[in-house]
Amino acid sequence: MRQTTAQYDLVRGIWKENPVLVHLLGLCPALAVTNTVENAIAMGLATFFVLTGSSILISLFKDLIPREVRIPTFILIIASFVTIVDMVLAAVVPEIHKALGAFIALIVVNCMILGRQEAFASKRPVGRAILDAFGTGTGFMIAMVLMGAFREILGMGTFLGVPLFGDSFEPWVIMILPPGGFFALGFILLWLSWWRKRKAPVAEVRQWPHGVRVSTAREEAA
Amino acid sequence: MMGELLLIFVGSMLVTNFVLALFLGLCPFLGVTAKVATAARMGMATIFVMTITSLVASFLNAYVLIHAPYLRTIAFIVVIASLVQIVEMTIRKFSPALFRELGIFLPLITTNCSILGLAIFQTNRDYNFLQGLSFALGAGVGLTLAFVLLASIRQKVDLSDVPAVARNMGLVLILAGTLSLAFMGFAGLFS
Repeated sequence: MRQTTAQYDLVRGIWKENPVLVHLLGLCPALAVTNTVENAIAMGLATFFVLTGSSILISLFKDLIPREVRIPTFILIIASFVTIVDMVLAAVVPEIHKALGAFIALIVVNCMILGRQEAFASKRPVGRAILDAFGTGTGFMIAMVLMGAFREILGMGTFLGVPLFGDSFEPWVIMILPPGGFFALGFILLWLSWWRKRKAPVAEVRQWPHGVRVSTAREEAA
Repeated sequence: MMGELLLIFVGSMLVTNFVLALFLGLCPFLGVTAKVATAARMGMATIFVMTITSLVASFLNAYVLIHAPYLRTIAFIVVIASLVQIVEMTIRKFSPALFRELGIFLPLITTNCSILGLAIFQTNRDYNFLQGLSFALGAGVGLTLAFVLLASIRQKVDLSDVPAVARNMGLVLILAGTLSLAFMGFAGLFS
């Protein structure tokens, strides 16, 4: 296993290996509950708590968990933390709990969380596991807020409920409806890909799929 | 009675399509839709697992969770995962041909949000046994439809001259968005 520094464990998940924008993990919540910034932040915080809690517990008990049944054990631990979050949200902020609906229980099957346990927390000491969970959780939060802002500003003309444009602004209702989720993430990914390509200007040759014959200019002339 | 079941079936297949309207099951939606054949097989396996899930959820709701509602998330995920594992082993033992077709997808599907989502939605809407079954079948067929549609588009796009910057998941998501837009048209079916 490659050794990494503590700083790297913390910052890795925030941008360079962002779970949503780079690895495309945890897409269900990132598309489903980002129609407003408020919902996006609530979901980000809930996921952050579940990720950190289960990382700490799994890292502490990593020597006690038998290798053969590690995945069911991880899922059980994650499910317990999700149940805690579900109950706390229902008691403290009932409106948000209602808006997020079934997607709180669905944090259990967020592949980003299970992925971090399997790849990191179950192999490293507690300190490093906490740093990694903080970094990945923050990265998830950034992606959620980015998506939420994109959709709320265009779809309702507001940010966190505060109107940004005058009365003349016609909201793009489609952005807060389901297709808007796909469009928002699609455009963000396209922009990221364009930005990366611009930073590293390398000539690239179009690769045709295997089996497709392309006639070259010389052949056409002949 | 039959009319109500049909309504639930068509509703969960087209109007609130699991992938395109509720965003459940996005990992396989983006992961296995490069080819139509794979997408269709994945869809079949999902229909199968969803049917089992619906039966399990009805049973758990009626006999277990009525006494301990706070165990819902944990009970669903543990029981569904174990049952699918048992079914997988049985299929491998008795029908190797079927296992080769669908078997490799079964463990992947189990920890998928569309399965847990199905169980939770069924519980929240208080569906009885038959209603749950038609909900699960509709959801599974709708999911397969979305997979196959996206896979057919992706196969075409593979052969078109797409700008270098768009040759990644971004474009696939925008294609999925247009599909989702098309499916929104079904919302008028029941109003």
